[in-house]
Amino acid sequence: MLKVDNLNVVFGHGADKNHAVKEVSFLVNRGESFGLVGESGSGKSTVLNCISGLLSNWYGSIEVDGAPLSHKRPISFYHKVQMVFQDPYGSLHPRHTIDATLKEPIAIHKLGDANQRVERVLSEVGLGPQFRFRYPHQLSGGQRQRVAVARALILEPEIVLLDEPTSALDVSIQAEVLNLLQEIRRERSLTYVLVSHDLAVVSHMCDTISVMNQGETVEIINREQLQTGELKESYTRQLLVASRGYDRQAIDQFQDF
Amino acid sequence: MNEPMNETLLRVKNLSVSFPSPKGEVTAVKNVSLAMGKEKIGIVGESGSGKSVTGRAILRLLPSYARIEADQIVYQGHDLQRCSEKEMRRIRGMGISMVMQDPKYSLNPVRTVGKQISEAYTIHHQVSKDEAKVQTLKMLEAVRIRNPEQVYRLYPHEVSGGMGQRIMIAMMLIPDPGLLIADEPTSALDVTVQLQVLAILDDLVSERGMGLIFISHDLELVSSFCDRIIIMYGGRIMEIIEAAKLQNSRHPYTRGLLNCLPKIDGDRTQLPVLERDDAWLGDDNHNLTG
Repeated sequence: MLKVDNLNVVFGHGADKNHAVKEVSFLVNRGESFGLVGESGSGKSTVLNCISGLLSNWYGSIEVDGAPLSHKRPISFYHKVQMVFQDPYGSLHPRHTIDATLKEPIAIHKLGDANQRVERVLSEVGLGPQFRFRYPHQLSGGQRQRVAVARALILEPEIVLLDEPTSALDVSIQAEVLNLLQEIRRERSLTYVLVSHDLAVVSHMCDTISVMNQGETVEIINREQLQTGELKESYTRQLLVASRGYDRQAIDQFQDF
Repeated sequence: MNEPMNETLLRVKNLSVSFPSPKGEVTAVKNVSLAMGKEKIGIVGESGSGKSVTGRAILRLLPSYARIEADQIVYQGHDLQRCSEKEMRRIRGMGISMVMQDPKYSLNPVRTVGKQISEAYTIHHQVSKDEAKVQTLKMLEAVRIRNPEQVYRLYPHEVSGGMGQRIMIAMMLIPDPGLLIADEPTSALDVTVQLQVLAILDDLVSERGMGLIFISHDLELVSSFCDRIIIMYGGRIMEIIEAAKLQNSRHPYTRGLLNCLPKIDGDRTQLPVLERDDAWLGDDNHNLTG
């Protein structure tokens, strides 16, 4: 479904050159949920931005359904691939009602039946019709993230890219949004690429996980390996130890990678 | 209310904080009581639970329009409600100090970090500039900054998040306080860096025999780091529990918070969603929730 091969991204020139993504490759099958996990600066979000077309200074190859993608994408690409962003406070237009936000992609793609589509997608993400004509500031963080999910789903994409979809939310709200994302994936047999810094979230959502550090892929593992701890790389092992909470002795063993 | 084992450092009785708003008073904290000694105590809650307001109310750092009521806020014999501003300035820093969440906003961007740390020292101790610098470099070393001389001359925008947070800790510990309030001190950091910063905090707190109030939204982290945990919801204390006994908690809110976390070892079934109960908030419901 999605194939990324030797992807590289370089920001800046000369002394300020920053090779943010180095030779990253992975394969996501149809209907699979793929996780990209790493600490800040690991390049995980940059990979997602390249796939979604937000960045164009990459080289390497990205294929969707066997067709290689160029830097400029046709409109049909966005029908197939949509993205949900981290911060529901920044990703919704503050002066557009939810209705207007959801109708914009329908107008761009000339899909028609705007009203029915908005009603349907709002109920699918668990928001009642009373939310339709509100502004983002009238919603809570969790409700806003539901709107962001609805905005991505309204085009009925096949691949949804999720960039830290719950890291700005309280844990109880995170549980609701994760449940919603799982449910939608099952119902629509979607393919997910989920970026997160939280191993527990990735393990809950994804079958295959790529661990990234400083722009490079450390290793690609599956969820059973996380549970049994059978990991090849010491970076991944350290990340796993760290995600299990505070342990004074273990911290002294930490290395810089 | 659980009593701490050793002598009481801070005692708060029935603290309530409310803010005026166009829609009437908003109660952010209601009847919060705690007593603590030289221990690590965690305050956990979701956003809007009143955990930060509690910390700030103790140090009287809330804006003047906030209405603070309490039967008692006593730190080592000082009644913090009756102290003059001048006395409060002595207590802040040397008695109780506070580490804020984000070093990007809490450090002065136009002064070097060394100057800022040594200022925190000279305000409370009458020493020469050279002596203050020596103390500052020592403190920077104590928070495990490898090249203190160099870092001393840096401006806040030149340091990473993890180093910025260690600088904040250095600044707050240099006056040698008896109690440190840390308000989400590591939430903006990566997991491994977060744990390393916590380890530094942990070591210094036990070396110096200080008390620590650790405010966080991360229940798992707090339960592995602190001795006791105060769980807050809607401005009220839901329960105070020994960290080691957290998994046996019976309170529905605590259980809800624990269960709704995704787990690496978990099966992939639906996460239980937290059901909120208005009964937890007592009789009057005109307060902040969610």
